[in-house]
Amino acid sequence: MKSEQNYIKDLSDIRQMMERSTRFVSLTGWSGIMAGIYALVGAYVAYRMFYSGDEGKFMTQMSDKPETAIILQLFLVALIVLALAIGTAIWMSARRAKRRQEYIWNPAARRLVVHLSIPLVTGGLFILILVLKGMMGLIAPASLVFYGLALINASKFTFEDVKFLGMAQIVLGLLGTWMTGAGLILWAIGFGIMHIVYGIHMQWRYER
Amino acid sequence: MEVRKVKTIIHGLNKAFESRIRLGIMSVLAVNDTIDFNALKEFLDVTDGNLASHLKALEKEDFLVVRKSFIGRKPNTQYSMTRKGKAAFEAHLNALEDLINRQK
Repeated sequence: MKSEQNYIKDLSDIRQMMERSTRFVSLTGWSGIMAGIYALVGAYVAYRMFYSGDEGKFMTQMSDKPETAIILQLFLVALIVLALAIGTAIWMSARRAKRRQEYIWNPAARRLVVHLSIPLVTGGLFILILVLKGMMGLIAPASLVFYGLALINASKFTFEDVKFLGMAQIVLGLLGTWMTGAGLILWAIGFGIMHIVYGIHMQWRYER
Repeated sequence: MEVRKVKTIIHGLNKAFESRIRLGIMSVLAVNDTIDFNALKEFLDVTDGNLASHLKALEKEDFLVVRKSFIGRKPNTQYSMTRKGKAAFEAHLNALEDLINRQK
């Protein structure tokens, strides 16, 4: 007959297997911090393009052609920020998974990606339509809302903390929809500062 | 009296789950509708032969079903839990819980 210690070990093993096979836990806090920094730099670049300096005035005065140029540039900035953030997250997760001798592309990771993608792709298409319809003021808040929904949807398959990050993004997005002028600053708070706060929290909570 | 009670609880512990690997297989299947052989191998950190023999034993008990297919040319084996397996696993968990509560 096994001892009490053995039964407790059995239960903790069962629990661990259930967790490990459903949750993707190779994400590091550092990926969040880096994503936040990229976003802040991106938001600053976007801000310079729109508001400040003589160049900005020049652009708005000659509003017949440069509009599309600015939009294209903004898109490029957003794309670079996104690519850097995702690239860093994958690279850091792969490194950690390797160190723990796990495959990064396990069923939990697949489920995480699927559940993230559905709201994100929907949001991407939604924003594309906004651009085509010329509703520029709603782009930043819409990206926050859809990103927040994606995070909440995916939180079941990774750290639970992601859910709170998602809620914060949704609140900021709705706020931005209400106050259209504050779109960029709220975007910077959501994608920049919130990611950094989340990253520090994760690093502090799980890595010490 | 005490002894008899403990004995009935022990009876609830399923012999099939005495091995930690089998317990692990059932835990993974309890929270995943289906899972393939390689993923299972990774989670449990065991060799092919070892895992296969434990899977066979559980299959014999009718605790899991196997579905074989091919992805391209590679064979792919998917496992999922039967209703009988789920009931047995739950009974086993309850028995473990009782035992631990009793000894507190």
